[in-house]
Amino acid sequence: MYEFLRDLDRRWIFLMMFLCVAVPIIVIGITGKTFPEEPTDLVRAVFDSIEDLPRGSKVLLSYDYDPASEGELAPMATMFAYHCAARGHKMYFMALWPVGPQMVDDTIENILKRDFSHLEYGKDYVNLGYKSGYEGVIKVIITDFTELYSTDTRGTPWSAIPMCEDVESVQDMDLIVNVSAGYPGTKEWVQYAVTPYPKLRIVAGCTGVQAPLLYPYIPEQLHGLLGAIKGAAEYEALVTARYGAEMAQRDAEGNPLTDDEGRYVIRGKYTEGIRRMGPQLVAHLLMILLIILGNIVFFIERRKERRR
Amino acid sequence: MKRTIPLFITAIGGFVLIAAVFSGYTQSWGEVAAIWFDVLAAIAFLLGGGNLMKIHLRKISDRAAGWAYSVVTLVAFLATLIIGLGKIGVNPAEQFPDKVFSGSYREVGGPFWLIYEYAFKPLTATMFAMLAFYVASAAFRAFRAKNFEAILLLGTAFIILLGRTYAGVWVTGFLDPDGPLSGLRLENVTVTIMKVFNTAGNRAIMIGIALGIASTSLKVLLGVDRSYLGGGEG
Repeated sequence: MYEFLRDLDRRWIFLMMFLCVAVPIIVIGITGKTFPEEPTDLVRAVFDSIEDLPRGSKVLLSYDYDPASEGELAPMATMFAYHCAARGHKMYFMALWPVGPQMVDDTIENILKRDFSHLEYGKDYVNLGYKSGYEGVIKVIITDFTELYSTDTRGTPWSAIPMCEDVESVQDMDLIVNVSAGYPGTKEWVQYAVTPYPKLRIVAGCTGVQAPLLYPYIPEQLHGLLGAIKGAAEYEALVTARYGAEMAQRDAEGNPLTDDEGRYVIRGKYTEGIRRMGPQLVAHLLMILLIILGNIVFFIERRKERRR
Repeated sequence: MKRTIPLFITAIGGFVLIAAVFSGYTQSWGEVAAIWFDVLAAIAFLLGGGNLMKIHLRKISDRAAGWAYSVVTLVAFLATLIIGLGKIGVNPAEQFPDKVFSGSYREVGGPFWLIYEYAFKPLTATMFAMLAFYVASAAFRAFRAKNFEAILLLGTAFIILLGRTYAGVWVTGFLDPDGPLSGLRLENVTVTIMKVFNTAGNRAIMIGIALGIASTSLKVLLGVDRSYLGGGEG
């Protein structure tokens, strides 16, 4: 056994990781069973920040991520858009990453156009698109949007967009929602928007590796944080608990609204985070097992060396 | 002159931005400087593209090791650039039907969209997903309890790995969530580690970095540190 572990080809480890991710995905896909989520205070703070705003509030959604981190961040981006739309807020989408606009397009196409078809572009939501300049963009639009965003992505002049009429800068926003995969992202929004203008409020969703770096800003400068897919899953649990009836109603198409246990039947795209917690659980357990096995090999080797 | 003018521009730009923070009268100067920065950042794309071309063309002409990858890079770069800038295959926008280039370059079904959807997106997602395999391999081979610090790190890793899944809830589920020992439930221990130990460590590092940046920036602004200008006589 010791020799087997010592000489273990890493391709076996790759295969184990593949199975640990693939099997739960298939099982959850077939059975529809997921693990329950108990939201933490930070996730509740994100939910409350959007939920407690009066209807029609202005929310700036900056999608600062790319396809590389889409698996981790798209579920929370989807839920942010759903929550804002369901709550009746005005949504101003933008991006500090070059492929961010594609992420915004996906959200608008899959969430707003499909499930909120009554919302009107330019009146209820607008896509401002991407501007180069990293944190420099924040430093400009914090005092004047039109210096950089003279039009939206469709080429409509700023002054001709109804929902932008009374908006001069980011300071006119009631809340900033940032989905961040790195630089520029939440840290830059905190440093260049919220810190110099403390009346602004920001909540964010970020990748797992970023979360520890953002904790020092909580709660004064960063009012809530969704950390990785776990944060997304907890947020989904809160939003589906609040808006589950509406979601199920929308998707029912003549089918029963609830399952045998009385829970609302909600379509996959609104429970992507919760569904991904299954593969995450098994993959994490594999990691722990590998660390333990690796250390067993290490201690046996060390004992043998001492005996020599 | 080649060194003096950049030094002068750096000093002026830096001190204007500092003054903009500390004085209300000069706040608008900072805003103007920020706009200049954004314009320069856009121009930097041209420099970046030019540099990419230069490096890879040289590699191809020298037939250096891996030159075929350079060909792939250049073909991909030029194809994306031409299709994107030329708005090839883009239809006019609904509100401006008589303007040929008024449509979005990201239009569904367009060539740029195809490149993004079927090349860029799967490639970048694959690269990121492969991390899981390498991390698993590294966990087996490198994560060793060699000393006390490593044991602390291992223990923390176990708690976080379990606490960020339902396993954490299951393992310490016997502890009453509202009881005096609820803080020992793994999901709560995870939060404590992140909120207390991680925050304390990170704040210390961040303050140290900030002090370092302040001193380095002053050196650059005052012209003491000129290493960013590179070599050569001025």
